[in-house]
Amino acid sequence: MQPTNTVNPDYFHKVVDCQWACPAHTPVPEYIRLIAAERYGDAYMINWRSNVFPGILGRTCDRPCEPACRRGRVEEQPVAICRLKRVAADYKEDIRHLLPRPTARNGKRVACLGAGPASLTVARDLAPLGYEVVVFDQDPFGGGMMRTQIPRFRLPESVIDEEVGYVLELGVELRQKRIESMREMLAMGFDAMFVGTGAPRGRELDIPGRREAAANIHIGIDWLSSVSFGHIAKIGKRVIVLGGGNTAMDCCRSSRRLGGEDVKVVVRSGFEEMKASPWEKEDAQSEGIPILNWLVPKEFTHDNGRLTGVIFEKVKAVRDARGHRDLVPTGEPDQHIACDDVLVAVGQENAFPWIETDLGMEFDRWGMPKVDETTFQCSIPGVFFGGDSAFGPKNIIWAVAHGHEAAVSIDKYCHGENIAERPSPLTNLVSQKMGIHEWTYDNGVANDLRYKVPHKDAAIALKDIRVEVELGYDDKLAFKEAQRCLNCDVQTVFEEKLCIECDACADICPEDCITFAPNGEEPELRGRLMAPSDNLTQDLYVSAELPTKRIMVKDEDLCLHCGFCAERCPTGAWDMRKFRLDTTQAGDGCRSKA
Amino acid sequence: MSYLAKPKFHHPAIPVNELGFTHRDYEGAISTLCAGCGHDSISAAIIHACFELSIPPHRVAKLSGIGCSSKTPTYFLGQSHGFNTVHGRMPSVLTGANLANRELTYLGVSGDGDSASIGIGQFVHAIRRGVNMVYIVENNGVYGLTKGQFSATADQGSKSKKGVANADSPIDMVAMALQLGATYVGRSFSGDKAQLVPLIKGAFEHRGAAFIDCISPCVAFNNHAGSTKSFDYVRAHNAALNTLDVITGRAPITADYEPGESRTVRLHDGGSIRLRKLDASHDVTDRATALSAIHRHNAAGEIVTGLLYCEEDSHDLHDRLGTVDGPLNRLGAAELCPGVEILERINASLR
Ligand SMILES: Cc1cc2nc3c(=O)[nH]c(=O)nc-3n(C[C@H](O)[C@H](O)[C@H](O)COP(=O)(O)OP(=O)(O)OC[C@H]3O[C@@H](n4cnc5c(N)ncnc54)[C@H](O)[C@@H]3O)c2cc1C
Ligand SMILES: Cc1ncc(C[n+]2csc(CCOP(=O)(O)OP(=O)(O)O)c2C)c(N)n1
Ligand code: SF4
Ligand code: SF4
Ligand code: SF4
Ligand SMILES: [Mg+2]
Repeated sequence: MQPTNTVNPDYFHKVVDCQWACPAHTPVPEYIRLIAAERYGDAYMINWRSNVFPGILGRTCDRPCEPACRRGRVEEQPVAICRLKRVAADYKEDIRHLLPRPTARNGKRVACLGAGPASLTVARDLAPLGYEVVVFDQDPFGGGMMRTQIPRFRLPESVIDEEVGYVLELGVELRQKRIESMREMLAMGFDAMFVGTGAPRGRELDIPGRREAAANIHIGIDWLSSVSFGHIAKIGKRVIVLGGGNTAMDCCRSSRRLGGEDVKVVVRSGFEEMKASPWEKEDAQSEGIPILNWLVPKEFTHDNGRLTGVIFEKVKAVRDARGHRDLVPTGEPDQHIACDDVLVAVGQENAFPWIETDLGMEFDRWGMPKVDETTFQCSIPGVFFGGDSAFGPKNIIWAVAHGHEAAVSIDKYCHGENIAERPSPLTNLVSQKMGIHEWTYDNGVANDLRYKVPHKDAAIALKDIRVEVELGYDDKLAFKEAQRCLNCDVQTVFEEKLCIECDACADICPEDCITFAPNGEEPELRGRLMAPSDNLTQDLYVSAELPTKRIMVKDEDLCLHCGFCAERCPTGAWDMRKFRLDTTQAGDGCRSKA
Repeated sequence: MSYLAKPKFHHPAIPVNELGFTHRDYEGAISTLCAGCGHDSISAAIIHACFELSIPPHRVAKLSGIGCSSKTPTYFLGQSHGFNTVHGRMPSVLTGANLANRELTYLGVSGDGDSASIGIGQFVHAIRRGVNMVYIVENNGVYGLTKGQFSATADQGSKSKKGVANADSPIDMVAMALQLGATYVGRSFSGDKAQLVPLIKGAFEHRGAAFIDCISPCVAFNNHAGSTKSFDYVRAHNAALNTLDVITGRAPITADYEPGESRTVRLHDGGSIRLRKLDASHDVTDRATALSAIHRHNAAGEIVTGLLYCEEDSHDLHDRLGTVDGPLNRLGAAELCPGVEILERINASLR
C-alpha cells in the first residue's frame, strides 16, 4: 500500500465517524466535550453554526451519526449524540450576543420559497453577508414541516419559535404567500431563487371503499398538520394507521392522545424493514400501540358511508431469481380489522403543480426538476433546489445540509463565480499533549452503557398532545453520557522518521490496532494484522517503509483514541492531535476571488 | 508509564485459545517502566507465548529479583503466582519452590545485573542443577533501575550515555549456561518477536533448565550511539542461526515453511520445534558447535541469536534426585510417617 495521505482532509474526517456521517458535518466530539465541561452555550454555538436548529434536532433528528458512532462498535450502544445536542440547547445561557448581526446590505436579493429548514438555512447563511432574503410561505409561521408535521409531544412549539426566531432576527423577511406560479416568482426580479417547498403531498391508497368511506380515511400528513394547527382535536376510539415510516409513528402516537384507545399500526413489510427508526417504533409500542406486519390493505369496508374496517391480505417476502424482494400472498384467509378511522401514511411525494412547463426548466422522467447534486442548481441558472423538494423526502438535517451547499452556490453565483468549484473545508490539527501522560482531553476509556433519557409519566403524557414525552437528560446524566464519547477527533498521528520500532505501541494497544509488518496490497495486508480486520468501511493508516523494511499499519476501525500508543512511544512518533474540520459556508471563504 | 489502567475493551474478534482465554487475559497491571523499554516487549512476548500454549495462568509461578527487568512479572500473567526476591536470589528461591511443588510451571525473570553480578552464584547453581524452569535474562548491559551503570554483560569498549567506554570484558551468559549444562539455550532480541515468541514457547515445553538471554535495549540509559545494546546496533549486528516454529502435540501445524534446510527437534509432551537453518553449519543438538558458533560470531563482531542448543532427552533436578511424584503439600500423614517397619528398614540399611 502507499503511505496514507493525511493531508487530504477526508482521511482524518472519516475517522470522526459521527461527523463524517452527519450530513452537515457537525463537529460532534468537540461539542460533547464542551457539554462535559458545562460550557453549554459554546456547545450550542458549534451546533448552531453547523446545523442551525440544535434544539429542534436534539429532539427530532434522524441521527445518521449514531449508527456510525465508534462506541457502537466497541460496545452495543452508540453515544446519545442527538440527545446531548438537546442538552446544549436546554441548558445554554443566553447566546443571542453570539449570533451574527445583520450587516450593511450588499444589494443582492434572494427569494426562498417555502419556510422549512432548507430555506431557513439558506437565509441564515446569506442574511449576515448582506443579502436581502425574502422567505415566502403559505403559512404565517416559519418552520415548515418541523412545525406542521412533527407533533408537539416530540417538539414543543417554544423550541421552534426560538430557533426559527434566531434566523428571522437576522433581518430575514417572512412573507405569507401561496405560490401559484413559478413564472410570477421569476418575474419578481430576485438575483437568485431557492426552492425549498418540501414534499408536500401524501401518497394516496386507491383501493375499493376509499371513496365511499372517505369521511373517516385521512391522509397522514394532512391530518397531522390539521392537528398541529388545532383544526382537529379528536379521532375515533379504534384507529388503524397504514404505513411503517415516521409519519405513521407520529400518526399513531397522536391518535392515542386524541381519543384513540385501540390504535394499531399495520405494515406491508416486516418489522425490521420498516422505515421508522428503531427508537420511534419502541416509543410507539411502549404507548400500547401494536405493530402488525406482513399485511397488505385490500379493501376498506363500510356501512352506509361509515367506515367499518380494513381487509388485509397476508403476505410473505420471497426473493426472485435476481435477488429482488417480492411480497407474495401466503394463501391464508384475509384478515378483517374493524376500526372507526384510518390514517394513511404510505409515503410522500414532491409536487410542483405551480411550475409551468414552458419556462425552459428540464424535468426528469418522473416529472421532477433536474437538480445538480453538488451545486443544487436546476437547469435555469440562478434557481436552486434543496431539502425535500430537491431529491424527495428525507429529513431535517439533510434539508439543512442542502441549504448550506445551496447558499454557497448562491453566494458564488451572485459574485459571478463558477458554482461547480466547491470550497474545501477548513481544517486544523493540533497536538493535545500537556505532559508525559497528560492530555487536554479525558483519555480514560471505560466500558459504560448508554444512559436512558428520562420520560414523562405515560399516564400524564397520553392525556395531552402538547406534553413533551422526553424530559431530556439532567446535567449529571448528561455528563455521564458525554463521557462515553471516545474523542474520535483526537487523532493518532504517526511520524515514521521518529519511530525506533520498539513495538511498545503495538504491545500496549488495547484493541490490537497497530501492526508492524512487511508491506502488501490492502486485502492481503488486512489478513496479516494483529487482529482481524474485516470492517472494510474503515481505513488502514499506513506509514512509509521503516528501517527494518516493515511498515506501520493501523486499523482505524476499533481505535479507542485512548492515547496509550502515544503515551508509550519513547520518541513521540505517535502523537494525539485534535482534528477540527469546519465545512466552508457562504461568505468570503467560499469564493476564489474573495 | 501511563497512570491509567488499560481499558478492558478488546477487539471483539481476537482469537481465544483452548482455555477460552484471549491474549488479553494473560496481561498484568499496567507497566511503570520507561516508554519503549525493551523489557515491556519481552513481557508482551511472554504473554503471547503463554496464550498460544494455552497455559493455565494459575499454574504458573513467576519469580524475579531486583531491577527494572525483575519488576516486569507484575506486568504480565496477572492471575499467576509471583515472588519478588531480594537482589540476585531469584534462582535459589525458584529452586526451592520447584522442589516443593514440581507441578507448577516456573518462570524466572531477571536482569543482567541481577543475574550476572550480585546473583551470578545463584544463577550458576540453578542451571547446573537442571531445575525445570524458563529462565529469561532481560539483558540491557546496564543497571537500568539504578540509572545506567555498566553491568557485567556490557561489552568491552561499549560507551555509556556520557561517553565513557567500558574497560572490563563481558560475561556471555549463553556461553556460561552452555558450559553449566543448561539443556535449552537461546538468545534473542526484544525487538524481534517473530523469533522471541517461539523461543519462549519452546522453553516452556522443554523439561530442564531452559535459559534465554534476551537483549533488551534500555531506552533511557543504553540506546545511544556507541552502545552495543541499542536497537540500531543489535539490528545491524544480529546473526540469526535459525528461525523456529514450535509445534505442540495439541495444536495442528499451520505454518508454511519456506524452502531451506530444516530440522525438527523433539520436545517433551509430544511437541517439537521446527527449525529452518539460516546457518547450515549449526547443529542445535551439539553443545560444542553451539559454543563454537558463539565464539566465531563474537569474533566477527556479531551477536548470534536463535535457538543455540537443545537436548532432546533432557532430565531435570527431580529426575536426578528421584523425588516423589507430586507436590509436597499433597503428601499426607501416611506418606510422611510410613511407620515403624519402614523406619526399621531404613535404619538397618544404614548399619
Ligand atoms: C409526520 C412527519 C414527521 C417527521 N418527523 C421528522 C423527524 O422527527 N425528524 C426529521 O429530521 N425529519 C422529520 N420529518 C421530515 C422533515 O420534516 C422534512 O424532511 C423537512 O422538514 C424538509 O424540509 P424542507 O425545508 O425541505 O421542507 P418543509 O419542511 O416541507 O417545508 C416546506 C415549506 O414550504 C411551504 N410550501 C410548499 N408549497 C408551497 C407553495 N406552493 N406556496 C407556499 N408555500 C409552500 C410549506 O408550507 C412548508 O412550510 C418528518 C416528516 C413528516 C411528514
Ligand atoms: C542487595 C542490593 N544491592 C544493590 C541494589 C541496588 N540495585 C537495584 S537494581 C540494581 C541493578 C539491576 O540491574 P539489572 O538486573 O540489569 O536490571 P535492569 O534494571 O537493568 O533491568 C541494583 C544494583 C539492591 N536493590 N539490592
Ligand atoms: S489510541 Fe492508540 S493505543 Fe488507544 S486504541 Fe487507538 S491505536 Fe490503540
Ligand atoms: S512506540 Fe513509538 S518508537 Fe516504538 S514502535 Fe511504536 S511508534 Fe515506533
Ligand atoms: S531505566 Fe532502562 S531498563 Fe529501566 S525501565 Fe527505563 S528503559 Fe527500561
Ligand atoms: Mg540491566
